[in-house]
Amino acid sequence: MNVFLMYKDRDFNPEQPLPPQAETVVQDLELDTLLKAMARDDTFLLSISKTALLSSLTDVQSIHYRQDVLKDCLNNNSLIRELYGVAFDAIESEKKIYFGLLSKYPDIILSRSIKVLTIFVELLKHLRKIADEHSSDFKSHGFTALFAMLQRELSDEYFNTVQYHLKTLRLRGGVWISARLGEGNKGVHYTLRKPLAKDKNWIRSILGKKPPSFTYTLSERDESGARALSDLRDRGLNASANALAQATDHILSFFSALRSELAFYVGCLNLHETLSGYGAPSCFPLPLGLQERKHLTKELYDVSLALQMDKKISGNTVQAEHIHLVIITGANRGGKSTFLRSIGTAQLMMQCGMFVPAESFTANITDGIFTHFKREEDSSMKSGKLDEELRRMNDILNNVTTNSILLFNESFAATNEREGSEIARQITRALYAKGIKVFFVTHLFDFAESLYREKTDNMLFLRAERQSDTKRTFRILEGKPLQTSFGDDVYAEVFRADTT
Amino acid sequence: MNVTEERAYMSQLTLPRIESASYHSIVYRNSENSIQKERVKSDPVYSDLNLDQIIGSVTSGKEKYLLTSIYYTPLRDIETVIYRQDIFRDFEDKKLLRAVTSFSEEMSTMRRYMHLAETLKYLYHKEGWFLAAVDVYCTAVASLDGDLSHIDLQSEGLRSFREYLQVYTNSSGFQKLLSETENLKEEFSTVEYCVLLKRNGCSVKKYENEIDYSDEVEKIFKKFNQGVEKEYGIKLQKSTGMNYVEAKILELVARLYPGGFSKLDSYYTENTGFADKKIEVFNREVQFYTAYLEYISMVKQVGLNFCYPEVSADKKSIYAEETFDLALAYKVAGKNDSVVCNDFFLKGEERIIVVSGPNQGGKTTFARTFGQLHYLASLGCPVPGRRAGLYLYDRIFTHFEKQENIKNLRGKLQDELVRMNNIFKDANSDSIIIMNEIFTSTTLKDGLFLSREIMKKIIQLDALCVLVTFMDELSLLSRKTVSMVSTVVPENPALRTYKIVRKPADGLAYAQSIAEKYRLTYPLLKERIHS
Repeated sequence: MNVFLMYKDRDFNPEQPLPPQAETVVQDLELDTLLKAMARDDTFLLSISKTALLSSLTDVQSIHYRQDVLKDCLNNNSLIRELYGVAFDAIESEKKIYFGLLSKYPDIILSRSIKVLTIFVELLKHLRKIADEHSSDFKSHGFTALFAMLQRELSDEYFNTVQYHLKTLRLRGGVWISARLGEGNKGVHYTLRKPLAKDKNWIRSILGKKPPSFTYTLSERDESGARALSDLRDRGLNASANALAQATDHILSFFSALRSELAFYVGCLNLHETLSGYGAPSCFPLPLGLQERKHLTKELYDVSLALQMDKKISGNTVQAEHIHLVIITGANRGGKSTFLRSIGTAQLMMQCGMFVPAESFTANITDGIFTHFKREEDSSMKSGKLDEELRRMNDILNNVTTNSILLFNESFAATNEREGSEIARQITRALYAKGIKVFFVTHLFDFAESLYREKTDNMLFLRAERQSDTKRTFRILEGKPLQTSFGDDVYAEVFRADTT
Repeated sequence: MNVTEERAYMSQLTLPRIESASYHSIVYRNSENSIQKERVKSDPVYSDLNLDQIIGSVTSGKEKYLLTSIYYTPLRDIETVIYRQDIFRDFEDKKLLRAVTSFSEEMSTMRRYMHLAETLKYLYHKEGWFLAAVDVYCTAVASLDGDLSHIDLQSEGLRSFREYLQVYTNSSGFQKLLSETENLKEEFSTVEYCVLLKRNGCSVKKYENEIDYSDEVEKIFKKFNQGVEKEYGIKLQKSTGMNYVEAKILELVARLYPGGFSKLDSYYTENTGFADKKIEVFNREVQFYTAYLEYISMVKQVGLNFCYPEVSADKKSIYAEETFDLALAYKVAGKNDSVVCNDFFLKGEERIIVVSGPNQGGKTTFARTFGQLHYLASLGCPVPGRRAGLYLYDRIFTHFEKQENIKNLRGKLQDELVRMNNIFKDANSDSIIIMNEIFTSTTLKDGLFLSREIMKKIIQLDALCVLVTFMDELSLLSRKTVSMVSTVVPENPALRTYKIVRKPADGLAYAQSIAEKYRLTYPLLKERIHS
């Protein structure tokens, strides 16, 4: 039984290895904030959302497949949550029954199997009911196929088989064990002993014997006492509980797959609700082929920043037809990093089939999203900072292809401006020559200005706007690199506050 | 036992509380200077200097001793620094280290058993663990006493502790505890019994050679184990706890063996609080020494030196020879890499070391070393180096670059300035300031302007300072500044020596050669990227 809501023809693997750059990208783009909004404190949603977001699809058809499923989800929000709830309940109730020391007892494993299967039957019926009643509300290939499968495959035969086994697996009667006192006066060396008399006469048989013996009887509804006794009793019965428990596994694995695949869409629904609440725009992006070079955005904003500020924020509009090198310069605190993050985040969201935070968004898909952001001192102490930056650059270049996208944020500033510029220039020129899509935020005036002098139709120069009263507007507009970054404003502001 | 006898006996029990004239604590010389200010762990100095890594590794696995509070409390008085240095010197005798280590292991076992005795619910169960705990305690104390009497101790701290311990072990209270424990252990080793278990109850009697039945039962259920997919067979674990049914059974066993159990009852009530408090505190605090020594022994193995620094609270003339970054050395020690040692000194008016030169030349490491050395010296610990004289500072401030954070909407440059401003609010002439690569997030012009402003403030303070920068102009600002430079091998400029040498800055940086090392130059890149 397959779910196939994430891919047309295969299962989504929640454990799949992420691309090598994934953790770096999460950190640089501050994706934890986005993922948190998708997960809403649910660690399972978090892990699925993260895997899906970072495992980019690299063909346009697969993206449309998920977009269609997601559109169905947005149109049937509460029903999707109900479906997810069914899968969730199945797994959670299974876990709850499994929970605790009780599962150490073979007897309990048997009775547990009965309980689990009883619940599974009810939940599978619920799924079939949803399929029967609502399949006509869904248009995507993903959901249509899933509902058809549920109606076709689900029968009661799993449970009949299991119940047959249950009847045969009972063991009653008292048993003898011997023991000595170990540390803490706890019984040790428990050894099962041959019973001395028939079960039904056990008390009388003891009373008939000469050596002194003492008896303890549990009160009638003392279940934990009975379990404690069966802990001792069942030490020899361990192996027999195995078979029936395995029968539950097949059904369980179906619920797990359903839960994992729906989790991604529930994450999308959560985020969509939050953004709609802000009145912030979102849209389904138009993905273009790998070979194209296009980036058209209208009011594209950094979704993590919006979530951080808990409100709608203004975005940026960029028209980059045939452009594959974008250099961004300008004022400190002018919103350059934010802009860069919005580009990277939207690319990832598009390539996992999500909507994007913009009024409209069109871009070519890529087969690798890489970030190279300036870092805190490397605490593993392997090397100096520039060395560390170049090592990361080297790692990226081991995985880059001509259809990748690279985002640089103040890279190569760990040395002086002249040398940093030279390194940045050589790398950027090489990437440009290969047609790789690059967004580069930089303070290296020498670097930015030298590229500007060679500007071609495939390059775009953007600048963080600064108004004359030193108030930043947080808008990124087309503009050539300027000489200073206005650090003295900030100095005056900080140290004046101290002296007054 | 009549009332008078009982009173006499009880007063014996309290005997172990011995008034020793001199012994107070193994880490604080007297009660006054034990009141020191613990620094908060979030102080950036710990992560910037990698002191958190050092303290983390030193105390790793020893969390129960709560050592971090000692390691996060730099000392301000010279006497206690010397008190600790002397104890460290005694520990150079491996016999002492072995004796203390095995004592601590036994005391841990004792604590674990006592925890069980204190928290468990059922009397006979508690009593069983209690007996085991006392047994381990007696052995531990007696062997430590024996071991210490054969070791030539020089430090004030350890000599007075030894004296304390001798008086304690010879007390009649301790001797009585010892013999009662032996007798009880002997008696309980003979108990063996049988239980008949039903779903609604059980019976207990003495064991009478009944036959082992487990093999037969196993066979009956083996056919259900299909051996495919997940295995549901259970590894039944031994736990130290006891459920009430087990407790009931134990009660019934006690009725089968009434003599032994009633002796155990009185032993348990009469010996509560048997462990001597000062000995327990010694066991915790002495880990401060053993943990640190264990940690640096890894580093000593690769041939690096440690020394006991001369510490002064008024002279700002400082020096260190063949010193190194301890956190780095510890990491490298396991990997057969070598660590480069450096020297430094400041004399007369000199206060500020400006470190410039090629990247990846060990500048940041040097800055960390400087800070670590002072911090470790202020704990009374041996420090990396062959010889050192260090300043007993008031507080260390660090300014290292922080990663950009979306939650901080002020922007990087402003953030940097705000953090610096906070340093100058608290720093004074007794402080040490360490700044690493400042103002790299702005243009060169801005960076120079801002750095000069900051330098002026430090010079005015007269504080000790290390400043790492690629703006080597800063080393010429004042008579208080000294230039140190990371160096390269003359024949091959791409090769760093990691040596930081006291000489004028030469303005050379070697970024391009690193770019080549990583094959990141334009021609190499064009070859690397595949279409």
